[in-house]
Amino acid sequence: MQNIISPLAGGILIGLAAIWLTGSLGRVMGVSGIIKGILPPAESGSAWRYWFLVGTVAGVSAYAWLVPHFSVVNSNTSYLVAATAGILVGIGTSMANGCTSGHAVCGIGRLSQRSIVATITFLATGIATVSLARHFF
Amino acid sequence: MKYKTYIAATLSGILFGVGLALSEMTSPDKVRNFLDIAGTWDPALLFVMVGAVTTSLIGHWWLSGRKSPFYDTKWHFSWDKRSVVDAKLVIGSALFGIGWGIGGLCPGPAIGNLFSGSPFILVFLASMLISMAIYKLISKS
Repeated sequence: MQNIISPLAGGILIGLAAIWLTGSLGRVMGVSGIIKGILPPAESGSAWRYWFLVGTVAGVSAYAWLVPHFSVVNSNTSYLVAATAGILVGIGTSMANGCTSGHAVCGIGRLSQRSIVATITFLATGIATVSLARHFF
Repeated sequence: MKYKTYIAATLSGILFGVGLALSEMTSPDKVRNFLDIAGTWDPALLFVMVGAVTTSLIGHWWLSGRKSPFYDTKWHFSWDKRSVVDAKLVIGSALFGIGWGIGGLCPGPAIGNLFSGSPFILVFLASMLISMAIYKLISKS
């Protein structure tokens, strides 16, 4: 049951965070967009973006500090992999104007067809990528 | 009134960060193992999505009746369900999915892991931020 409760509870918190940001400030909790907003040239009125990101780092860091068994589990530590992934995520989310939080959580929450298409697409290529990498190479 | 905005944004961030950590979306392997449907298939991310999307659907439905958010005068997005689906969206999402499958990270957990001490995370973040910045500058010109 532990395998179900933690992810489900975590997901609910993520959903609540999204609803809270949208309900309070009228903004989409799409992290790629929030980050892009503060990259140069930064959008005006972006203070809320910094605060959100600070909160995110604080939330993860506090959890990591308080929960003894927490760790970042990563078996592929290659810098080349990290850089390649980072570039694809950076360009991909920029083109698509969203990522998992923006499209999958918020967009689908609004029943936006754009976000439904985006989510299906990145799930498909994500699954294909891991499947190919792990089972064909 | 500005301070309400900052507190609201920070609260959202904290909830988000705790949610990410609790659900272990901060671990690249957890994500990769979910995407590995032919192999290990760890369903964790599925439950994260169920929890998040269900909450989001209910919450957005509740908010859709309002004229404006609590601390602002307008919605900074469109409620229109019939949003534009174009090549950029599909290609961009496809690329993002590949990067997500390779790195096991998306922007949220990557930023959340800023102080994790993992060089992998830092290299990912730097690459992601630089490519976003370059894309932004190029598309503005």
